Order: sequence, then C-alpha cells, then structure tokens
Amino acid sequence: MIRFEKRPQPSRLFSLATPLLAVMATMVFGGFLFAVLGKDPVQSIVTIFWEPLFGEFAFYYRPQLLIKGAPLVLIAIGLALGFKAGVWNIGAEGQYIMGAIFGAGVGLAFYPTESLWIFPLMILAGAFGGWMWATIPAILKVKFGTNEILVSLMLVYVAEQFLASMSLGLLKNPEGFGFPGSRNLQQYASAHNTDIIAGSGMHWGVVAALIAVIFAYVLLARHRLGFAIRVTGEAPRAARFGGVNPSRLVLFCLGISGMLAGLAGMFEVSGPAGQITIDFNVGYGFTAIIVAFLGRLHPIGIMFAGLLMALTYIGGDIAQSQLQLPAAAIQVFQGMLLFFLLAFDLLTNYRVRIGSSEVPT
Amino acid sequence: MDLSAINPIILIAALISAATPILLAATGELVAERAGVLNLGVEGMMITGAVCGFIISVNTGSPAFGFVMAAVGGAMLSLLFAFLTQVALANQVASGLALTLFGLGISSLMGQNYVGIKPPRLEDVNFGPLSDIPVLGTILFSHNPIVYVGLLIVAAVWATLKFTRAGLVLRAVGENHDAAHALGYKVKRIRTLAIMFGGACAGMGGAYISLIRVPQWTEGMTAGVGWIALAIVVFASWKPWRVLLGAYLFGGITQLQLNLQGAGVAIPVEYLAMSPYIVTIVVLVILSADKSRAPGSLGRIFHASQ
Repeated sequence: MIRFEKRPQPSRLFSLATPLLAVMATMVFGGFLFAVLGKDPVQSIVTIFWEPLFGEFAFYYRPQLLIKGAPLVLIAIGLALGFKAGVWNIGAEGQYIMGAIFGAGVGLAFYPTESLWIFPLMILAGAFGGWMWATIPAILKVKFGTNEILVSLMLVYVAEQFLASMSLGLLKNPEGFGFPGSRNLQQYASAHNTDIIAGSGMHWGVVAALIAVIFAYVLLARHRLGFAIRVTGEAPRAARFGGVNPSRLVLFCLGISGMLAGLAGMFEVSGPAGQITIDFNVGYGFTAIIVAFLGRLHPIGIMFAGLLMALTYIGGDIAQSQLQLPAAAIQVFQGMLLFFLLAFDLLTNYRVRIGSSEVPT
Repeated sequence: MDLSAINPIILIAALISAATPILLAATGELVAERAGVLNLGVEGMMITGAVCGFIISVNTGSPAFGFVMAAVGGAMLSLLFAFLTQVALANQVASGLALTLFGLGISSLMGQNYVGIKPPRLEDVNFGPLSDIPVLGTILFSHNPIVYVGLLIVAAVWATLKFTRAGLVLRAVGENHDAAHALGYKVKRIRTLAIMFGGACAGMGGAYISLIRVPQWTEGMTAGVGWIALAIVVFASWKPWRVLLGAYLFGGITQLQLNLQGAGVAIPVEYLAMSPYIVTIVVLVILSADKSRAPGSLGRIFHASQ
C-alpha cells in the first residue's frame, strides 16, 4: 500500500525537481493530446520547444521571447509576493488593462508634443493605474474582510468593459476613420517604448522585469518586509505575535502586484501592441499565475518560468501556422502544466512510503 | 428612451430563467464548501459543461440528454480537482485556478467546430391551463424543465443537509475534518463526492447558458458566471434558500441591465454591462462582516497523519 508521510521540512531537492518533472510530464501528455488531434506528437513538441530557439527563423523568434516573457515575469513577480503571504490577487488581468489605459491615456493627452518627460510620466501613470485597481480589493479586505480573490476577479470584467468603452470613446483615434482603437503609439516618438538595442526585443519592459526580479530577490532574502511576507504565509499567528501588521501587508502585496501588472500593461501598449483596442489583453494576467507557481514563487525561478511560458506562446503560434494546431491546444497545454506541477508538489511536502503502515510503539 | 417597453411580469419571468445557471452552480459549490472544500474551478467546470452539453445536444438532437452529459462532463473535470486536493494534497486555491484555466482551454478546443451552430431547443414544460393564469402563469408556469430541476435541487440540498444523516456527516466533515476522521468517517471519500456533485451542478449550469440562454457556442461564453456563483455562496452564508435569493437578485440585475440596454437608456452599454460585477462586489462588502457561518475546515488540507 502507498502511504504519504509528511516531511518535517519541505524537500529542497524535490522543490527544485518538481518543475522539471512537471514540464516533462506535460510534454508527454501534451504529445498525447496532439496525437488525439491528429498531429504528429514529436513534431508538435519539437515545433513548440525547439523551433523558436534553434530553428531556421530563430533570429526572428528569439527577440519575441523577451517581448512575451517580460510582461509575464513582471506580473508573476508581484503575484508571487502576494501568494507567499497568502494574499490571492487573481485579477492581474484587470490591473494590466488599467495600467495600459492610464499609461496610454497620459501619452495621448500630450499628443503631438514631443518631450523626454512624456515616457517617464506614462510609466508613472501605468504603475498608478494598476496600483489603484489592486488597491480596491486590498482596502475592501482590510476594512470589511471581503474576499480579495472574488473582488479582484470581478474587477477584471469591469476593466474589460472599461477598455471597450475607452477604445470606442475617449481614447479613440480621431483620425481612425471610425474604427475602434486609439492612435498607434509606435508612431509617436515620445511615447514609443522602443527596443533599447534595435531588433533585440529588449524594450524598457524587459529592463523593468529584470529590476523587479532583483528587487523581489533582495526583498525576500534580505529585507524585514520579505521576512514578514514569508512568515505570514507559513504561520499567520506567529507573524502577528512577531509584530507583523497584517493589514499593511495586504495593502503592500496587492499594491505592488497591481503596480507591476499595470507597468506590464503600459509597456505592452506603448511597445509591442502599440494601441488601445477592445481585445488588447490576451490573458497574460492569468498565465502569470501559472508562471508564478512554475517558478516556485521564487524570483529567479519566475524568470526562467516566464521565458518557458513565452516559449510555449511563440512555439504555439508556429505550430498553429505550420501544423494547423488549434490555438486552444496551447492553452490546454499550459493548464496541464499547472496541474502536473501541483500534483508533483506532493513529493516536496510528503514522503512516499510503500508497504503496510506500522503502528508506532 | 422608452422604459414603458419593460414589462415587469416578463422581466420577472426572464430573471428566473437568467438566474438558473448561477443557481445551479452556486448550489453545487455550496455542497462542496459545506464539506470543507473551496473549489475555485466553478468557471472551468461550467464552461466544460456548456461545451459538453452543446456537442451532445447537437449530435443526438436531444437537449435533455445534453444536460445529463453536461453534468457528467462537469463531474469528470471536477475529479481532476478532487485528485489534486484529496490525493496529491495540493493547495485548494491554486488547484481551483488550475481547473478554471484548464477548463477554459479544453472547452474552446472541444468546441472549435461548433461555433455558429444552433442547438436543438428544449421545449417548455406544458402545464396546460395553469400557464393561462394571468401574471402567475407567465411567472411560474412558462419555463423549461431545467428551471424546475434547479429549484428541486435547491430543495433537495436543503432537506438533505438539514434532515438526513448523510447531510449531518457532510457538515461534520466540513466543520472539523479531524473530528470526523476520528469518528470513522471517510473524509476524502465524502469530499470527493461533494466535489463531484458540485461539478455536475456547475456543468448543468453551463449547459443552460449554451443551450437555452444564448443559445449558441462561443469561447469563454460563461463570462464570469462561475465566479459570481462563488460570490453568491458567501452572500448566502452557506444556506441553500439564501442561494436562491442571491441567484434571483443577480438574475434580476443581469436581466434589468439587458432590458435597459434594449430600451436605449442614456448610459453607455459598457457601463451597464459592468453592473452585475460591481453589484457583486458591493454585496460581498456588505455581507462579509458575517464570517461566522463559514464551515470550520473550509479550504484546509486533510491528511490523516496530523
């Protein structure tokens, strides 16, 4: 008989090994899925994981890795800080949208003035938009004890409607021949989030993501606040006796994750996306949840997890055009990854014992 | 703007119909939560039920069979959640989110060839002369069978929880799983069954959207109804009849804002469409002061060694 025995401490080895095990299991079961869809499983997996990095057109896809990875890492870092403390911000998608609207709004307000100050102002506005949207569930939780999961999620739907209203109304391009959507910020030099090194995909969002990784690492490893986050997640009562103020922690965790999500939205709208449109958001806020868990809520882990997830997006696009693999298959693939990760995590916290259970004497 | 076009009797009849998917999903989730399991995968189970019911109905021509298979589909998906939380002892919040993300993906994969098809119609129940009674006939006796099935499920859940031994055991497991385990009850088995019941109800609720409300299949068509159902369980303080009240309240708001859109009120469509979500938040805030009703072991992992 198989039994699980709780480990006194989580296993370090398995904590590092489970993401790899989960990725491998996902490849195997993803292969099955692709086979069921009538595609060659090996070729599909190779197309998704190999083609973007080392294939014929890798020179085009490698920069994409940074472009798609940066928002995921940026959002996931913020989410992970909250998840560690038991604060569940599920509405990053909404904060991402609000950051984009605020950032683009400030940029467009100055159109067509050219100035060096416009882009920094947009960054501040984007961060503010995301922060504000995440502070709503934070304040409601602190003041009234409202569940932050449900409130942050409801606000995603509100933000989506707001985005539709903005792209059809206030931010609509007056010279856009009546089409919905704002002016394209890529054609507005002061507001354009350009590649720092041309063609490398390395825009300011990538820099921000790297800073966020370092910031979170230092915070968690070296700062008292990071300690408070970790203790609160592992033993909330002990944290309170230790002098941690839970309300301030909730405000901080939600605020910072909203801010980072808002930044991600702002860098996206001013760079790769270019304009506010009805379907501007593509689910980065939700995929970032997978990234945070895949990276073990650890900043360095999240960086790699974000790149891996970006790879599945790009590889998925290639598989879609070359093998006619449905777009939804990649979504299933990503969902599967989170499943396996959670399932294999059993090995981190429990020891598997085979044999009959003994009665301790 | 022409508000006189909104007929209150038809509005009430329509809100009963609009509330049914929320009612079904919330009742299922209520049972799971009373057993101590917080399943955030309601949205994923609903959309999977929606696509399963749709595919089966279109292929067999029988909406009734579609609803049955939607329940089966929802329950099957919920088994994944049961495996993660009961066997692999994973965090329930994360597992529920995984279920929702996975369900959204798998449903759009399954439904990709069914976009734009019209499903067979489920006939309304024939009450004969009863439906000709003025006012009451329209409100109470003009619906499809699933509306009544939903009401029956609420009544059955209420009676089971309150009067039967099975209900008592389920509540014991939810209030204190260690005590229930010490009394010899199979905590994991009971919770798995509760999770599956929740999945089946959510699946039927989803199928109601794709087969009756809309009726069509589009990706992500449940649009947050599963999350609203989760909020309703909190709103209802984990009591079945208050779930009914909550579902009708939200059904009413949804229907009213649709009617206001139709009547051409001066508020932009997007802001009207936000209203159900904002009302959910407001209601959550008002009611979250009373946390005492939550099952004691809600969301906690059970492992017999502790």
